[in-house]
Amino acid sequence: MVATNERSESGRLAAQTGAVKVLTRKDFVSDQEVRWCPGCGDYSILAQTQRVMPELGIPRENIVFISGIGCSSRLPYYMNTYGFHSIHGRAPTIATGLKSTRPDLSVWVVTGDGDALSIGGNHFLHVMRRNVDLQVILHNNEVYGLTKGQYSPTSPFGTVKKSTPYGSIDWPMKPIAVALGAEATFVARSLDTDPHHLAETLERAAKHKGTSFVEVYQNCNIYNDGAFDDFSARDVRADRMLYLKHGEPMIFGKNQDKGIRLNGLKPEVVTLGNGITEKDLLVHDETIEDPTIAFLLSRMDYPDYPVPVGVFRAVQRPTYDELLQKQIEDVRKAEGEGDIAALLRQGDIWTVE
Amino acid sequence: MVATRTEEQARGEVIDIDRVTIRFAGDSGDGMQLTGTQFTKTSAVFGNDISTVPDIPAEIRAPQGSLPGVSAFQVSFSSYDIYTPGDIPDVLVAMNPAALKVHLPDLPKGGVIVLNEDEFTPTNLKKANYTSNPLEDGSLQAYRVYRVPIGTLNARALRDTGLSAQEIDRSKNMFALGLMFWMYSRPLDTTLKYIDERFGRRNPAIADANKKSLLAGYHYGETTEMFATHYHVPKAKLAPGLYRNITGNEATALGFLTASKLAGRPLFYGSYPITPASDILHELAAMKRFGVMTFQAEDEIAAIGSAIGASFGGALGMTGTSGPGIALKSEAIGLAVMVELPVVIIDVQRVGPSTGIPTKTEQGDLLQCMFGRNGESPVAIVAPATSADCFNMAIEAWRIAIKYRTPVIFLSDLYLGVGSEPWLIPDIDSLPKIEPNFATDPETYQPYARDPATLAPPWAVPGTPGLEHRIGGLEKQNITGNVNYEPENHHLMVSLRAEKIARIANDIPDVEVHVGEPSGDLLVLGWGSTYGVITTAVQRAQAKGLKVSAAHLRHLNPFPKNLGDVLKSFKKVLIPENNLGQLQLLIRGRYLVDALGLHRVTGRPFTISEVENEIYRILGREDLQVSPNGRGPAAAAAGAA
Repeated sequence: MVATNERSESGRLAAQTGAVKVLTRKDFVSDQEVRWCPGCGDYSILAQTQRVMPELGIPRENIVFISGIGCSSRLPYYMNTYGFHSIHGRAPTIATGLKSTRPDLSVWVVTGDGDALSIGGNHFLHVMRRNVDLQVILHNNEVYGLTKGQYSPTSPFGTVKKSTPYGSIDWPMKPIAVALGAEATFVARSLDTDPHHLAETLERAAKHKGTSFVEVYQNCNIYNDGAFDDFSARDVRADRMLYLKHGEPMIFGKNQDKGIRLNGLKPEVVTLGNGITEKDLLVHDETIEDPTIAFLLSRMDYPDYPVPVGVFRAVQRPTYDELLQKQIEDVRKAEGEGDIAALLRQGDIWTVE
Repeated sequence: MVATRTEEQARGEVIDIDRVTIRFAGDSGDGMQLTGTQFTKTSAVFGNDISTVPDIPAEIRAPQGSLPGVSAFQVSFSSYDIYTPGDIPDVLVAMNPAALKVHLPDLPKGGVIVLNEDEFTPTNLKKANYTSNPLEDGSLQAYRVYRVPIGTLNARALRDTGLSAQEIDRSKNMFALGLMFWMYSRPLDTTLKYIDERFGRRNPAIADANKKSLLAGYHYGETTEMFATHYHVPKAKLAPGLYRNITGNEATALGFLTASKLAGRPLFYGSYPITPASDILHELAAMKRFGVMTFQAEDEIAAIGSAIGASFGGALGMTGTSGPGIALKSEAIGLAVMVELPVVIIDVQRVGPSTGIPTKTEQGDLLQCMFGRNGESPVAIVAPATSADCFNMAIEAWRIAIKYRTPVIFLSDLYLGVGSEPWLIPDIDSLPKIEPNFATDPETYQPYARDPATLAPPWAVPGTPGLEHRIGGLEKQNITGNVNYEPENHHLMVSLRAEKIARIANDIPDVEVHVGEPSGDLLVLGWGSTYGVITTAVQRAQAKGLKVSAAHLRHLNPFPKNLGDVLKSFKKVLIPENNLGQLQLLIRGRYLVDALGLHRVTGRPFTISEVENEIYRILGREDLQVSPNGRGPAAAAAGAA
C-alpha cells in the first residue's frame, strides 16, 4: 500500500532528524500471547495501532496505553510500551493524572462501549470537556463480550441478549454525539474492517493536540457477529457508508452519484443529476467551531442515511495539561518561586523564649 | 442578674487563672467563627497555649435565628500545655436566644453567660422554641448572667459613621469580641491589625466601624459597673521556638507540600469537594508557585484515579476526602494495592454512615480503611494525634508510601482538621530526605522484583528507556509481572503484599507510654483526635494516685512492634473511641487482650470527664468520679469571683 510507504518514509525522516531510533511495527509487539477470540475485530485494531506507532516518531518509552476492563482493555498487554490495565470505566481518570503531571508522554486510552459509556460515562464526558491531550480509542461492538453477551449502551432498542430475553427497553446512545456534546475537539469514526482508514484515523488522532476520540466499529464474532454488516460489508459499503473528507462535498455510492444535502436543519440523501449538482451538497468542514453540523452527521445512521466515517470534528483549543503547566509558570512569574520555609512562617507568628 | 454579691468589693480586680474556655455562639451570619479565630490569634500571640474547635451548622444558611442556624467557636487558652479545646465552656457568649438554647446544656452551673439582650424579643424567642423568656422565667438562676444590649450599644457607638443600620449591625460581633478581650486582659493590636488588612484598603469606612465596635466593647467592659472582675491568664511555658496557630487541615496541606520537597517530586492532588476535607484542596490549590498541581475531579473515583495516574508517572499522587468518599474510592485503592504504586489517601473523617452529620466529628472509618476493599488488600494507615501533628504524619505517610510502594491512608478527622493549636514551626532543612529510587537499569529490571528488605517492587516510570512494562488489576506473576492465574502464584502474591505492609513495623517508632509508668493497673490506649482528652483524663487520674497510663497510636497499620508487650504490661486496657469499638476489635483480635471500650458517637469529641470517670469506674474508684458538669480547675477559679 502506497500510504503505508509514505508513512514509513515520514517516520524515518522524523527518526533521522530527531536522532530517534528507527522503529518498526514489530518494536511495538509485546512478548505476551494475544488472547482474543479467533476472528475478533480487536486484532485489526491492535495491528493498526502497532503499525501507526513508528509513524509518530515518538520514542517507545514515552508511549503509554491505559485501559479499563473488557475485551478491548486487554490491548495494553500486547503493546510493547508502558501500559496500565486498570479498573472498569476509569482509564480516563488515570490518563488525566498521568498526562497532567507528564505532558511529555503520548497517552492512549483504550476502551469499549460498556467501559466508556456505561460504567465510565462520567469520566468519558469530563476528559472530553477538559481536552486533556490524549487519544481515546473506543472499540464499539454494541455488546458486552467479556461478561458473555449482555446488551450494551450502544445496542439497538429491543436487543435480545441473556440479560434481556424479551428485548432491551433502553435506547442506545451514539458515542459520537455524546463526545460532541461533551465538547470534544477531535471526533472520528472508523472500522476494524477497513485497516487503511483505521490506521489513517489513528494517526490523525495521535497528531491532534487535545482529547481525540475515535469510535471504531468492531465486530464481536461470538456475541454480536455481523452487527455492522448491513452497511459495512464489502459489497454494500460504497452505497451505505459516507467517507467524510475535509473540504470535499459529501458524495458516496458505488458510482459516486449520491450525496448529502442540507434541507433546513435536516440532512437528506440526494442523487446527482436532474438539476442536482455537487454545488448543492454539504461540504465537509471538520474545523467549524460550532458542532451543529457535526452533530447532525452523528445522527445519520443506516438505513435512512449512509453511515459517516472519518473525522467529524477537529478544532483547536488549549489542552488541560498545557493550561495546568502554564498556570504554574504564570503564578511563578507573578509571585516568584515558592519558599516553603517562608510559607510555614506566614501569618501571625510569635517566639517563645 | 445572678452572682452580683461581691461586685462592690471586686470592682477593678484582676484575678489570675490558669485556663479558660470560652464559647462564642450566635447565628451563622453573626461572624462567630471570625470572632473566635481573632480571640485565638490574640491569645496565641500573647503567649498562651491554645486549643480551638469550631462548631458549624450543616446548613449553609439556615433561617436566621433558628436552632439549626447556630454557629459556635470554642477556644481554650491557658498558662500550661493543653491538649483539648476544653470539655465545657466556662463562659458562653450567646448572641441570640437560639444560641443560648443550643449551648446552655454544656455550661456548668455557675458558669458565665454573656448574652445580647437586644435579641431576646418575642419573635426570636419563638424562633428558638422558647415558650417563656429565659431572662425572666428564672431558668438561668444557676448561672452568672451578664445581659448586654450589644446591638443597641454598638449602634450608639457607630451612630456618627454614616453607615446603614444593617452595616452597623454586622459589626456587633466585634463589640462582643472587644468585651471578651477586656474580660480576659487581652491586647487589641492583633485584631486591629487584622481589620486594617482585611478592610483597610478596600473599605476604610467598614474598617473604622469594626475598630470602633471593638474598642466600644472593650471600653464598655472597662467602664460599666456590671462586671465584677476580669481575669488574667499568664503565658504558657511552651518549648522555645517560633510558633503559629494552625488548623489540622492547614498542617496537612503544608506537610504534604514539605513531603514533596523532601522527595524532590511534584505533588499532584486530585480531589472532589467534601466537608471537612475541602480545605486541604483549597490550601493546596493556592500553592501553584510551589509547582503543586491540583485537580478538582468530576467525582471521588476520578480523584483517586488521577492520583494513581500521577504516581504511575513518578509524581506524588494524592487524593483527599471524607468517609463517604473513601467508600467510593475503595475499588481504586485496591488497584493501587495490586499495582504497588505509592499513593496517599486522606480521610478527614466525619459522622456516618452515609451522609451522616457532615459537620460533626467521629472516628468511624477505621475499619473501612483497614478492610473496606475486596480481597486481601492491605494498606498502611497513619493517624495524626493533634492538629499540629498532621504536618508530621503527612510526611510520614509519604515516607512509607514511597519506601514500600504502597497506598497509605492518612486518617484525620473533622475535630483535628478544623481545630487549631499552636505549632512549633519546624526547620525543614533538618528533616530527612525521602528517596524515590526510580528504577533505571533495563538489564536488571523486572516489574515485580522486590527489595529484599522492604519487599517493595521497583518504581519504573514511563519515559525510562528499556523499562516498558504493563501493570494492572489482574493478578501478576511475581518478578515478571505477566498476567498469571496460577493458584500458588496468587497465594504467594497475596502473602508478599501482606508481608510488605507487615514489615513497615520494622521502620516505625515504638508506641510510647507518654503518660504514666510503663506498667500498672490500667492503660488507656487511643488513636487520632482522642489524644488530648485521653492525655488530660489520665493525668488527672494519676494526680489522684491511680496507676494508670496512656499510650497513643499514630500508626494503625501496621501497629508498632512493641504494642503487644505494652498491652500485656497492664492489668487492664481501655480504648476510648468515637465509634462503637473499632480499634478495640482490632486489638482484641490481634493481641488476644481483653481490651475494654468506651464509645461515644455524639458528633462531638469526648469530654475529659467522660474518660476520667470511666477510668475510675474500671478501677473501682467511683468515689473519685467528677460530675459530668464537673468543673475543672480553671472553671473553679473563674467561679471564685
